[in-house]
Amino acid sequence: MFEHASVTYAAAETPVLRDVSLRIEEGELALVVGRTGVGKSTLLGTINGLVPHFSGGTLSGRVVVNGRATQDYRPRELADVVGVVGQDPLAGFVTDTVEEELAYAMEQLAVPPDLMRKRVEETLDLLGIAELRSRSLVELSGGQQQRVAIGSVLTAQPRVLVLDEPTSALDPTAAEEVLAAITRLVHDLGVTVVLAEHRLERVIQYADRVVEVRRDGTVSSGPPAAMLAVTAVAPPVVELGRLVGWSPLPMSVRDARRLVGPIRETIAPQPVPPPRRSTPRTPGASVLKARKIVVRYGATVAVRDVDLELVGGQVVALMGRNGSGKSSLLWALQGSGERQGGSVDVGGVDPRSLSAPKARHLVGLVPQTPADLLYLDTVGQECAQADEESDRGSADSARNLLDRLAPDIDSGTHPRDLSEGQRLSLVLAVQLAAAPSILLLDEPTRGLDYRAKRTLIDIIDVLASEGRSIVISTHDVEFVATAADRVVVMADGDIVADGSTATVVGASPAYAPQVAKILAPLAFLTLDQVERALAGAAS
Amino acid sequence: MPSPKLRSSPGPGRRIPRSLHPIAWWIWALGLATAVTHTTDPVLLVLVLGVLAFVVAGRRSDAPWARAFKYYLYLAFTVVVIRVVFRSVFGGVPAGEGMIVLFRLPHLPLPSWSAGVQLGGPVTLEGTVSAVYDGLRLGTLLCCLGAANTLANPKRALRVLPGALYELGVAVVVSLSVAPQLIESVQRVRRARKLRGGAQGGFHVLRSVAIPVLEDALERSIRLAAAMDSRGYGRTGDASPVARRVTGACMVTGMVGLCVGAYGLLDGSALGALAVPAFILGSILCGAGLVLGGRQVRRSQYRPDPWRGPEWIVSASGLVPAVVLLAGIGFSSVSLHPSTDPLVWPSLPVVPALAILVAAVAGIAAPPPLRSHRAPDHAGMVGPRQVAKVAGAEPLPVGAPE
Repeated sequence: MFEHASVTYAAAETPVLRDVSLRIEEGELALVVGRTGVGKSTLLGTINGLVPHFSGGTLSGRVVVNGRATQDYRPRELADVVGVVGQDPLAGFVTDTVEEELAYAMEQLAVPPDLMRKRVEETLDLLGIAELRSRSLVELSGGQQQRVAIGSVLTAQPRVLVLDEPTSALDPTAAEEVLAAITRLVHDLGVTVVLAEHRLERVIQYADRVVEVRRDGTVSSGPPAAMLAVTAVAPPVVELGRLVGWSPLPMSVRDARRLVGPIRETIAPQPVPPPRRSTPRTPGASVLKARKIVVRYGATVAVRDVDLELVGGQVVALMGRNGSGKSSLLWALQGSGERQGGSVDVGGVDPRSLSAPKARHLVGLVPQTPADLLYLDTVGQECAQADEESDRGSADSARNLLDRLAPDIDSGTHPRDLSEGQRLSLVLAVQLAAAPSILLLDEPTRGLDYRAKRTLIDIIDVLASEGRSIVISTHDVEFVATAADRVVVMADGDIVADGSTATVVGASPAYAPQVAKILAPLAFLTLDQVERALAGAAS
Repeated sequence: MPSPKLRSSPGPGRRIPRSLHPIAWWIWALGLATAVTHTTDPVLLVLVLGVLAFVVAGRRSDAPWARAFKYYLYLAFTVVVIRVVFRSVFGGVPAGEGMIVLFRLPHLPLPSWSAGVQLGGPVTLEGTVSAVYDGLRLGTLLCCLGAANTLANPKRALRVLPGALYELGVAVVVSLSVAPQLIESVQRVRRARKLRGGAQGGFHVLRSVAIPVLEDALERSIRLAAAMDSRGYGRTGDASPVARRVTGACMVTGMVGLCVGAYGLLDGSALGALAVPAFILGSILCGAGLVLGGRQVRRSQYRPDPWRGPEWIVSASGLVPAVVLLAGIGFSSVSLHPSTDPLVWPSLPVVPALAILVAAVAGIAAPPPLRSHRAPDHAGMVGPRQVAKVAGAEPLPVGAPE
């Protein structure tokens, strides 16, 4: 499909993709992996000609899809061959109801009305969304929206389906639904799927081919087991395989379970090491007491009589389905969000009774889209502005904080040019400049690759060891297993589980990390623990 | 040719819910609007508002745009208030003889070149009443358009546009979907601003909200455009540039002709003789442009709205008041404009009132709306009695319902 294709964007000196030669066979599920910002999206965009026709830049070499070269065909002329689904399904919806959205692409292709009717029905059944047919698109849950988005390109009956991080915003269960739909398409309909994903643990087992995009823009591809032995990113199951030297590497929990017997016996006598390598933190005094918090929007109750106590030096992970009230709770705790009932007590003060500039000295919050907080032209200006806003006495300056969190960010850089991880660090620094003792992070792991997540975990470790109380809402179970001391699970506005990471996460089928699933019934959660236990067993 | 479908509606008196053709609603509403422009009689205007409210309450769906009617009512009220306030402050006409002066505002003498405008001075009952009438007419007009917007799905209405105007329609669709998202992102960013504290006010805050919001909006529009492009939007088939230019020329000149003609027809005094030919020529050119342009776009329509009996009845019931009030059948046109100087009690001209009440038939003739995810008992909103009435009635001469 790709013949010596290179892509260069106008302002860049070096190409994003360099001399890519790659063949994806019909009916394959190809998984595109690579670190954040290496050009995975660019690679996907070249398949239907959005790059360069839509995005600009120059494409040298040829990309041929089903016999059509993208030089000669614009994306709209390839709509019957390639279907593209983006990261945020809502951003790509053109109509308002499910049924109309499914028909949209067919209308453009002038499919006869009776055939349209039939295909819409078939697609509704295929993706299991028949009962949603006349629902408004904005009311659907994230997983449903993503399935509708897939359906809306499927109705044009494309030969190739291109999906750019389809599950990144979804909770584990919704992600399963979407992935199940995708694998069904691959197996039953023989659609070729090209998929980019950060959380490899979710999809690697379904992949027939792994395409790795590297830092320098080169691309290599091969069967998953061979590729993952060398890729820069790998899911925990593969890391475990690499650690103990299994060959071929296991791709799924099932593969690993069948190989793990001897390892389990080796480490079973060992005590389970603490989840983190750093010095175990002693939970400090209670810093926040929330009682009977109620948040409602009109008739919907987002948070229902929730009690929560936070302790200094502790990292709490807040988990739960999309829409279970996690964000509402965080905003209510910070004091600037809605709150219809209950009380929050931070050192004897309710942050809501304070003005916004004062409240942030007590509780800092990093929202879901951190970029909302940034509006100046350079990192340096943002830091200076943050210092001014927090009229700090003893606190560190934002610039110093940023250097500690993410060294080597040039003050002259525009915040938009930072990577996801760096931008998150900048916003963290801005919020920490006010020296809050409680820090709330709303879905910080979205869009971060494994290495960026590890950096974030280190940052959180440092912040917690300084005695801060940290709450992180996230869907990422592997991240939770490594980062959190305590897990709070919310469902439908209530807290349904609250306890140490091992007890809450280890026992749950949806939320258990891969290592826990592989080594069950042993209570190991992370690879790090296994590594230390193995070292202990050897000595 | 009204199809007899309606009469064979299912036995137990419940009709199958479906959405009425959007064009039918628009014809109905524009018909009422035309009637409204020909009267300042407050009784008739309030009657129109009542008809609108009756139909909207019975036949709107539960979609977001369908909840908008009350905002149009607020808007109408605001129009009346503004009209009265302006009339009082910039009265213009000094109190004549025999006028009832309500109160006097402090009078600000203006230089002589501003003749005709005066600030403050006596506020007369006659002036105020006339302002109320005017404001009420404008407000009712707005409510007619609001009712159409409430009853017909705007996106479906745009789909009815001929092929050549399709791109225009899509541009409207995109802005319709981006606008609410823009509001949402303003709220989100403002909330986020609070987290940073430091609200010094003024330009600084504006900038700190505007920049992330605009970035967001730009990004969303680009993503939407990319999604539309990759789903085949705008596949042009094989139209030559010449054909495209001819289409454009036809459309523009046709539109100009239509505008001139419509202005002439409605105004009456200006370019009297030119109006009709300009209108006809304009229509022909526009039609040609639409046909030519339509050939260039190849696409099909999913589940097109059918045009059946109810559509005929609804549009006809809207046209009745327009025709009656325009043609002045059976009443003197003076009675449509009650005098405010001297002030008289507004009369209720019988024929126009009946004509307006005919429009309320739409509220019964239209099929019950689809209400997506609520209990299906809404189909029962049309009682057996009402259906029987419609089923037995000829399309038009149903008098006042009730």
